[in-house]
Amino acid sequence: MRAVHDEFHGDLMEVSMGPHHPSTHGVFRMNVVLDGERIVKLKPVFGYLHRNHEKLGEGMTWLASMPFTDRLDYLCAMTNNWAYALAVERLTGLQPPERAEYIRVVLAELTRLLNHTCLAGFLLQDTGAMGTPLMYAFREREKILDLFEALSGSRMMCNYQRFGGCRVDVSPAWLAAARKVVDAYPRFLDEFEALVTGNEIVMARTQGVGRVAPELAVAAGVTGPMLRACGVDYDIRKVDGYGLYPRFHFRVPLGDHGDTYDRYMIRVLEMRESIGILKQAIDGIPDGPILDPKAKGRGLRPPAGEAYGRIEGPKGEIGFFLVSDGTPNPSRYRVRAPSFVNLTILEDMCLGHTVADAVVILGSIDIVLGEVDR
Amino acid sequence: MSDATTTTITEEQRAELRRHGILLTSLQELYNWGRSNSVWPLQFGLACCAIEMIAASMARFDIARFGSEVFRPSPRQADLLIVSGTVTKKMAPQVVRLWNQMPEPKYCIAMGACAISGGPFKQGYNVLKGIDRYIPVDVYVPGCPPRPEALLHGLMKLQEKIRAQPLAGPDAPRHLRADDPCVYPVPECGATDLEPPFNPEVWKPPTLVRDDA
Amino acid sequence: MTTPSLEQIRDRILAAVPAAEASLVNNPGPAAQHSLLIDRAHLVEVARFLRDDPELRLDYCSNVTGIDQPEREVVDKVRRKVPAPDGSGEREVEEKVKRIEPGFLEVVYHLFSMARKHGPVVLRVRTGDRAGDASVPSLTPVWRACEFQEREVFDLFGIVFTGHPNLRRILMWDAFVGHPMRKDYVEPDDYEWEPTPHDAVLERVKARQAVASTPEEGPTT
Repeated sequence: MRAVHDEFHGDLMEVSMGPHHPSTHGVFRMNVVLDGERIVKLKPVFGYLHRNHEKLGEGMTWLASMPFTDRLDYLCAMTNNWAYALAVERLTGLQPPERAEYIRVVLAELTRLLNHTCLAGFLLQDTGAMGTPLMYAFREREKILDLFEALSGSRMMCNYQRFGGCRVDVSPAWLAAARKVVDAYPRFLDEFEALVTGNEIVMARTQGVGRVAPELAVAAGVTGPMLRACGVDYDIRKVDGYGLYPRFHFRVPLGDHGDTYDRYMIRVLEMRESIGILKQAIDGIPDGPILDPKAKGRGLRPPAGEAYGRIEGPKGEIGFFLVSDGTPNPSRYRVRAPSFVNLTILEDMCLGHTVADAVVILGSIDIVLGEVDR
Repeated sequence: MSDATTTTITEEQRAELRRHGILLTSLQELYNWGRSNSVWPLQFGLACCAIEMIAASMARFDIARFGSEVFRPSPRQADLLIVSGTVTKKMAPQVVRLWNQMPEPKYCIAMGACAISGGPFKQGYNVLKGIDRYIPVDVYVPGCPPRPEALLHGLMKLQEKIRAQPLAGPDAPRHLRADDPCVYPVPECGATDLEPPFNPEVWKPPTLVRDDA
Repeated sequence: MTTPSLEQIRDRILAAVPAAEASLVNNPGPAAQHSLLIDRAHLVEVARFLRDDPELRLDYCSNVTGIDQPEREVVDKVRRKVPAPDGSGEREVEEKVKRIEPGFLEVVYHLFSMARKHGPVVLRVRTGDRAGDASVPSLTPVWRACEFQEREVFDLFGIVFTGHPNLRRILMWDAFVGHPMRKDYVEPDDYEWEPTPHDAVLERVKARQAVASTPEEGPTT
């Protein structure tokens, strides 16, 4: 913290928020210049969790990177796995069987539920509702984690997808359990929304805070719920139609104002759409193999070439850019992390607001530092 | 307060007395009992393990049963530093600084493989290979990430350790001894690595013995 | 909506920016995501055209990344006619010819269109010099999305983006020397010996200590 003198504003205060700060969702740091309580400048500082994911990925085999992708966005291991598997499948030409694609959709949508639920809890924690909303959110999270654990053996770090399919098959009992969780989810959402959505304090803290113009969002490469909260209709599930998403009926909710409240509402609405997809997928899952017979785990050597594979993760477009030179290791392994790019417009969103609002705005971007810094 | 009072009467005898409504205790026991059941952790998350740390404090696992639910945002009010996640070289000076800012008595749990040794990211150029190179660690909780139950077990182990601490003599905890430092040197980010690469007072590189040498 | 083919895009670029050099880089793998190699001098002009062209409208720059390709030895199979040893005309033989392919640093941009929902169009730009003048023009003025990603490429690969508004290290600390994602980066010594991949590190430490000739406590065998 230090005083800064500015010809125009007079005496300003520069405050370093983070890397240890209770509301920065990890080890994120913002250098904020304040005029009184108003933010006149904000510079994010990254790298406090830069664990060299890409460098390590280039030093190990293709399959060995799969468990590392779990740790990118540690709330959404399944979607990270899928994005990586998808990129390698593009690179090698493998084709997952239909059952595997269904399982992937189920797991990805469960992950979306999990991520958005946690985000809602954390966002309310940031507005000052300490404890209670997060307790509700984590209660639901545990139910989904139980499903992941039953299937993959691990709560958070699932390491489940394989190139050309999945690692283990789902059992009818697992599907029944998943269906039970999915069926109970709307009740939780209703309960949560009754507490939060119409709450006057929540509305006062979030409406009109951190507005983003759609033009700016598109230019800055913002993706995911943040982009759709600005009213831009761009959902990779619809645009690319990867996996089997074209088979499922769902709508893409869009916001009007691009403010923090819209970003919260978009996530709630997306969860309701995800529940619809889950019901269709769990009911329609066909029998069959779960792995492409040509698939190879260890000793995979994709032909020389490169591929960019992307999916609609819960936070936005998560993409993997892979270059192979025909050896057992990737020669370039790059992760396009959604929350890293989404942070580009953090300063634009926060200017003119108070410090307390910056905390809420940051919460609504939904960052995970494992992915921002990689 | 001396050791003699605690050794003259056995656990069975005391349990028998307790059954008759007589509570015998020593100042040391009372003091440690109070300390061990109000360990306030610092609300400090680094990476994946932090999510499991939060989960441990939530409804299902409920760390409040052990008196540690009061996660403090400020190091000045905390007793326990849970290093939950990968410590990078860029972050290590801040972790040591937080440790220095905590008042004694203070304890440290290294949660997860990364905090213990660098874990899966050990070979990264920006990853510290274990936080015990800079600050003394009381309990190591292995796992990647450890389950919340494992963290609870680690906390119970810490409580056992606190309860066993004598209040006088050479084995007394740091805050009761004048000679032991409670402030550790903060490393600086150098050209490629941290300077110094470790704190020789708490950690020394292992002596390497190779068969082929 | 389908993406126009890269040949069409290249022709449109050459029609709009006649001075630009745009060549197709073929991607032999099954992904068949071919790319366009643009020369450094006209990159910004080409990018602005791609963004504003009503048919392409590549308004969304998704991914920016660097690639370090060190100098490598390539073996080409060449068919050559040699006179047969018995003098009866010529005979075709296959020879392996080794050549050194120079290394380069490269920046790759993955462009999509949110307006017309197509993509990806992959742009590449190369700097031949890995040591000195590794600089390319910044595309941050065209797409804001490049701002942090170009800083990351600068930090990890050492490619200088001229025209970037705030080109500083982003992931490593400011005093850090070197660019870790380059293939020839030497990591700091690891003071823990383990049986497998760390042996090379130990050899390096030993060599360095032998040079320093003042063995202190630490990694010795």
